[in-house]
Amino acid sequence: MSMKPVTLTLNGTAKAGFATDGQNLLDFLRRGLGDLSPKYGCGQGTCGACTVLVDGEPHLACLMLAEAAEGRRIETTAGLAGATLHPLQEAFMDRFAAQCGYCTPGMLMAAKALLDRSPRPTREEVIEAISGNLCRCTGYEPIIAAILDVAEGRASA
Amino acid sequence: MAVTVETHPTLTEAAQAMARGDAVYLGGGTGVMRLINAGVIRGRVLRVTDPGLREISLSGETVRLGAGVTMAAVAGHRDLAILHPVAGTIGGPAIRVMATVGGNLFAPHPYGDFATALLALGARAVMAGGGGTRPVEEVLRDRAGGRAGLVAAVEFARPRDARTFGWHKVSRVKPKGVSVLAIAAVLPREGGRIRGARVAFGAMGPAPARAAAVERVLEGQSLDAATIARAAEVAAEGFDPPTDALASAWYRREVAGVHLRRLLEEMA
Ligand SMILES: Cc1cc2nc3c(=O)[nH]c(=O)nc-3n(C[C@H](O)[C@H](O)[C@H](O)COP(=O)(O)OP(=O)(O)OC[C@H]3O[C@@H](n4cnc5c(N)ncnc54)[C@H](O)[C@@H]3O)c2cc1C
Ligand code: FES
Ligand code: FES
Repeated sequence: MSMKPVTLTLNGTAKAGFATDGQNLLDFLRRGLGDLSPKYGCGQGTCGACTVLVDGEPHLACLMLAEAAEGRRIETTAGLAGATLHPLQEAFMDRFAAQCGYCTPGMLMAAKALLDRSPRPTREEVIEAISGNLCRCTGYEPIIAAILDVAEGRASA
Repeated sequence: MAVTVETHPTLTEAAQAMARGDAVYLGGGTGVMRLINAGVIRGRVLRVTDPGLREISLSGETVRLGAGVTMAAVAGHRDLAILHPVAGTIGGPAIRVMATVGGNLFAPHPYGDFATALLALGARAVMAGGGGTRPVEEVLRDRAGGRAGLVAAVEFARPRDARTFGWHKVSRVKPKGVSVLAIAAVLPREGGRIRGARVAFGAMGPAPARAAAVERVLEGQSLDAATIARAAEVAAEGFDPPTDALASAWYRREVAGVHLRRLLEEMA
């Protein structure tokens, strides 16, 4: 199987690796670059657990060819926290917005994309932003509340 | 056999490479990547890097959308307001930044919402490699046999009056959900009478298709309660909708008229 060199920026750091032909970005990030924060749920674009930001826009990493990420700026949950947690992470804890936690990395990235673009979204905009992300545990309300907390500056951090 | 991805600078070159043997074209990949991930697509996969495929241009009333234009680009374009409700309900935001206009023309049932709207708008497909233009209707008909060829762009005339375009998507999940069925209608009026009615259904057959019986009922009439009732009666005529996880064929036929009536009442 042929291998393809891929260079990209992952959470602000230049990275290079070899992708196998036809490999998706999710698999490349996890196996190739060792970033296990984006999750593999369905591999079909339906669950959103693999959501990462590509040049600031939310993308389903399982539906993107790894080699198509050449030269692009990728952000994952692993890059959210600095010295302290990201306000979204704090708010998710405060609101108990993660139970099993499998959807959480995707939810966080979808929420980050929204807040980066529109820091004061309405509830409807929050729902729209996470509409491609499934959660089987929380019933969504705590997630929506957490995102709105950050938007309204109520989250600690 | 594993997947071999070939990258071509232009669609014309991809079309030539396609002619050299079995290959799958990768647009935004929201459909193709699923099949690659599942091991269903093997062998050659062709992708094109030409940024020109993502161009949106408007000259006069003519709109041209490159095949690589995404649903997010359509939903965010000021001058394409009539298509915002169509593009804006295709998947969630992370689908829309990848899902393309070209891919939607070939997306299998129950997908094809954008293609349904293009069909009602009387759009033409600009074929790759100087292959001329063909009605989207023909592309949708020929796609089953894989004989449609690569599409470079679609073109259509923007309705002069935005109110002559109507869109109604029925889905079980809000705000994002796949179509149980979708209806697009263009009903231009002259002196209160409908002239040149075009009505298309999505998810009511193997590919989006025009509702000829409905168009016949509407043509030359004013959009009053009696006409709407007659159109609703014949809504499912000529359709043999599939049964899938979203709805049975029976259900789709039963509710087609109900939803058509709602759309027409909105447009009246
Ligand atoms: C979670 C989810 C939700 C979705 N929701 C919807 C929805 O609500 N409505 C809807 O309509 N669709 C939906 N889709 C389906 C799909 O995302 C869209 O139909 C999309 O527009 C397909 O475009 P693409 O560029 O991703 O296609 P690709 O996956 O790249 O290609 C799809 C097919 O089109 C062919 N193709 C692509 N471009 C061209 C071209 N230029 N010329 C010739 N052939 C071409 C490919 O070879 C392939 O056969 C959904 C998909 C997912 C995963
Ligand atoms: S793993 Fe990508 S959407 Fe489910
Ligand atoms: S917390 Fe379990 S899926 Fe969301």
